[in-house]
Amino acid sequence: MESLKHRAMSSATGPSRRDFLCAAAGLGLSFLLPGLDLRAALRRGEERRKSLIVLWLAGGPSQLETWDPHPETKIGGPTRAIDTTVPGLRIASLYPRMAEQIQHLNVIRSLTSKEGDHERGTYLLKTGYRPDPTTVHPSLGAIVAQQLPDERLEIPPHISLGEGPWPARGGYLGDEYDAFRIHDPGREVRNMRMPVEPRRQAERLKSLDVVSRSFLNGRQVAVEKSLHRQTIDDALAMMSSEQLKAFEIDGEPGQLRAAYGETRFGRGCLVARRLVEAGVRAVEVSLDGFDTHAANFSGHQTQAEILDPAFAALIQDLEERDLLESTVVLCLGEFGRTPRINRLDGRDHWPSGFSCVVGGGGMRRGVVLGQTDPEGRSKAPADPIPVENLFATVLEVLDVDFHQELITPIGRPMAISTGSPIDRLLAREDLRIGSVHRGSVG
Amino acid sequence: MIERTAHSARLRVPFNFNSSTFDYLRLIHFSLVAGSLDVMKLRFVLAPALVVGLVVSVIGVTVNNPVDRTPAPANIPQAETLQVVVDTVEAHLAESWKKAGLAPVEEAEPLEVLRRLSLALHGTIPSLEEIRVFERELAHPESGSKTDLLTRWTERMLRDPRFADYFGERLARSLVGTEGGQFIVYRRDRFVSWLSEQLAGNRRWDEIVREVISQQGLWTGEPAVNFITASVDGGTIDQNKLTGKTVRAFLGQRIDCAQCHDHPFDRWKQTDFEGLAAFYGQANLTLVGIEDKPNLEFEIEDRDSLEKRQVAPAVPFHPEWVPKEGTRRSQLAHWITHPENRRFERAMANRVWALLFGVPFKTGIGVDDLTDPPKVPDLLDLLGADFREHDYDLRRLIHVIAASRPFRISSRSDAETEQELELLQDNWCVFPVVRLRPEQLIGAMLQASSAKTIDQNSHLFARAIRFFREQDFVRDYGDLGADELEEHAATVTQALLRMNGRLTREILEPSPLNSTSRIAMLSYDDRECIENCYLICLTRRPEAEELDYFHAQMADVESKFRSRVVVDLCWSLFNSMEFSWNH
Repeated sequence: MESLKHRAMSSATGPSRRDFLCAAAGLGLSFLLPGLDLRAALRRGEERRKSLIVLWLAGGPSQLETWDPHPETKIGGPTRAIDTTVPGLRIASLYPRMAEQIQHLNVIRSLTSKEGDHERGTYLLKTGYRPDPTTVHPSLGAIVAQQLPDERLEIPPHISLGEGPWPARGGYLGDEYDAFRIHDPGREVRNMRMPVEPRRQAERLKSLDVVSRSFLNGRQVAVEKSLHRQTIDDALAMMSSEQLKAFEIDGEPGQLRAAYGETRFGRGCLVARRLVEAGVRAVEVSLDGFDTHAANFSGHQTQAEILDPAFAALIQDLEERDLLESTVVLCLGEFGRTPRINRLDGRDHWPSGFSCVVGGGGMRRGVVLGQTDPEGRSKAPADPIPVENLFATVLEVLDVDFHQELITPIGRPMAISTGSPIDRLLAREDLRIGSVHRGSVG
Repeated sequence: MIERTAHSARLRVPFNFNSSTFDYLRLIHFSLVAGSLDVMKLRFVLAPALVVGLVVSVIGVTVNNPVDRTPAPANIPQAETLQVVVDTVEAHLAESWKKAGLAPVEEAEPLEVLRRLSLALHGTIPSLEEIRVFERELAHPESGSKTDLLTRWTERMLRDPRFADYFGERLARSLVGTEGGQFIVYRRDRFVSWLSEQLAGNRRWDEIVREVISQQGLWTGEPAVNFITASVDGGTIDQNKLTGKTVRAFLGQRIDCAQCHDHPFDRWKQTDFEGLAAFYGQANLTLVGIEDKPNLEFEIEDRDSLEKRQVAPAVPFHPEWVPKEGTRRSQLAHWITHPENRRFERAMANRVWALLFGVPFKTGIGVDDLTDPPKVPDLLDLLGADFREHDYDLRRLIHVIAASRPFRISSRSDAETEQELELLQDNWCVFPVVRLRPEQLIGAMLQASSAKTIDQNSHLFARAIRFFREQDFVRDYGDLGADELEEHAATVTQALLRMNGRLTREILEPSPLNSTSRIAMLSYDDRECIENCYLICLTRRPEAEELDYFHAQMADVESKFRSRVVVDLCWSLFNSMEFSWNH
């Protein structure tokens, strides 16, 4: 680690990071991030520590225009369905590329919640808890970052890419577990360059120590609790870290970048893969614009043109690099949309019976759970799955002891998740004997 | 969502721009909002503003004598009764300290208290100019004034337009939150500026509350109705959201859970919630704004049976406070603001306390999570009663709290463990150390970049930089939203923003406009130079050890490089916890 840091410091006066990257790209080593802990980056399959990628579809995606179409019915609208690589599973025709990757993942078509408001729904689907006036629960990513720490990591363990309301937060775990936000992924990370040369920077930091000393007197406890100094040290470590290269995609082959799509979300998904590769524990990539109260069908087509290539490229890329077995991928929004089509050709909020896609990290593949009424008469889906159980499943797969109770700042014990894992998605026996489950269960 | 972002980017106009300069800024700003907010464009449009600012500033520097401000007012309204209630608060606290076997820590330095006041009331730190005036008055007490200097400065700050602007925004958060809402029917900016005007005119709080609950009309013409339209969702008013918000904002309690089920450990029942929501049942969104339709009945869809049933308006306690006349909303408003409603005054006392300290009086719970009023009146009742007896005068309430002992004591203690510190803090024996809000931090950074007070009379440059940078800065620094008064630690994002961010660079860069070069140029000697840096950034003088350290640094450089040392020193001060936390 020492030599790592030393190298990073000296590079500030020598070739720039960009030079370094160009050189690496020229040698065809774009994947080999210079200076990165190679063992961590190269480790594959089950040896790898697990990570989480959440693809967050803000606004509430329509289940009928994504993973649970009901074509040719009263509620189906003009959306058509196509076959996929999972026998018997048909998804909306807006997702032709996902249709070729979905055998690696599972589809749940019967998530149920009682939160039909964007803010409250987002809270539930990001934390696994309904909003509670007495505390703020941590998001799934924050839990994973806190429960699976990695001291080799010099960049934040929990990162949110792209724009969306209510990004993932640390809640009662503390602001230090808030997602580190990158608004425009794939572009240079802002505020990473020190404004002056290293020697002058060192002088400034020494002066900061002098200034800090007098404040400390009589305020030790408050100062320690504030984490002020620690965040400065973390920021400095991050600024000089070679791991920062995980945020850059310039060195990735043009073809791969095109496959992800030249969109903010597409770039976000590619950066997410690089971050996970670098050892980041939890990444959220947000795509906003699913709140289609009017013009639902054209709206979802626009969204699909962004989501389909990015999601499919991500799964394919993770699989090809043998990272999918160590990375849970979860694609969802705050709720679904009404089976009924309103007068504006839109669909409204629908928390009772909506879909998500989840897989990786050693989960079984190709499983389809739950069923909604094709006529839209019955509000409740068959085989309803509470949001809590989805969370328990993901945490179980990530090897987080989710039954354990953490203590909130006001001293209240709180279980990480109150759900029970969905057995049908777990591949426990397979894991025990050390083999990797690859067959599709249709 | 694009709409929402664009809207929120227009939320906060930090000062009263009344002149054509505002139109100019707005023109630039709209062009920015319309297009994507890219850097090149910003630079391009900022250039003319910079040039104008430079000219104005150079003229300003040469013509104006910087230290020429009116002294603190000698007359505080009802100063005698104010002292009486401050004494009562003191006695009440002394009693509770005695019971707990605790004692408050020593008094804070007057400049420390001045900094707290400025952060709480103006959202920024005192300027060097203000510090000079304050110290002059401290050294030469004006004869004939019995009121202490800090109270006179509180009054002075309350009369400054910056108070209404800043406090209006802070209070607006409890009423309409931070979200942009549905732009077509909701104009948060209008609501905030309306609220600021009410504060500037020192309007009674109960009147303000009655207006926001019961006003009719368009969100543009009658800005108070934005309280209602902030809860419009999908074209209709969400009575449930509105009810939860009403009880939180005006009664300081959470009733939201009772929307779906009886509250597990509180007295609120689901029927209480529905009865209150029914008061909003006749509010109707029309083309001419919010109206009340007398024949409309409030219906609720049962969560299980999905059947609709009518709910009549009902209050959970003291139905005799509901007037017979008026619209349902107006009836609700009168019930909430009824002089016997302890919750109403307690809620405001707790909130104003929280805005002054950064922590609600009732520690450990959210500012809107008050329990039912206790049988034996507590300090909130004491403050609330004085508030009510003095026409719900917000300024008076602020005066009382700002003059109370907890606001005037140090944030240093001999606590060695978290438990010890918590015990002291929960009993208000020590001033809490609290992270500044993003708006306060950007306000402090901009103020530190100028020796003169930045207000509506400031250079176009200072105002432009705030106007353009505040939104981005607040977003990046982490807008904490509705739970802003809860405890927060520092984050890496914030450290990066302070250390390497554009704003830090811009305001530290030596230029004729920035304090760094002016300090370097105008200070008599090195020691004064260092002292000025400390006063400008931290509102205090350096300690001997600090002075020696930086003096030695300065001695090593030629005088023409002095500004570089000043820039470096200010960078270190900016990045100290002392700068970005209230204490």
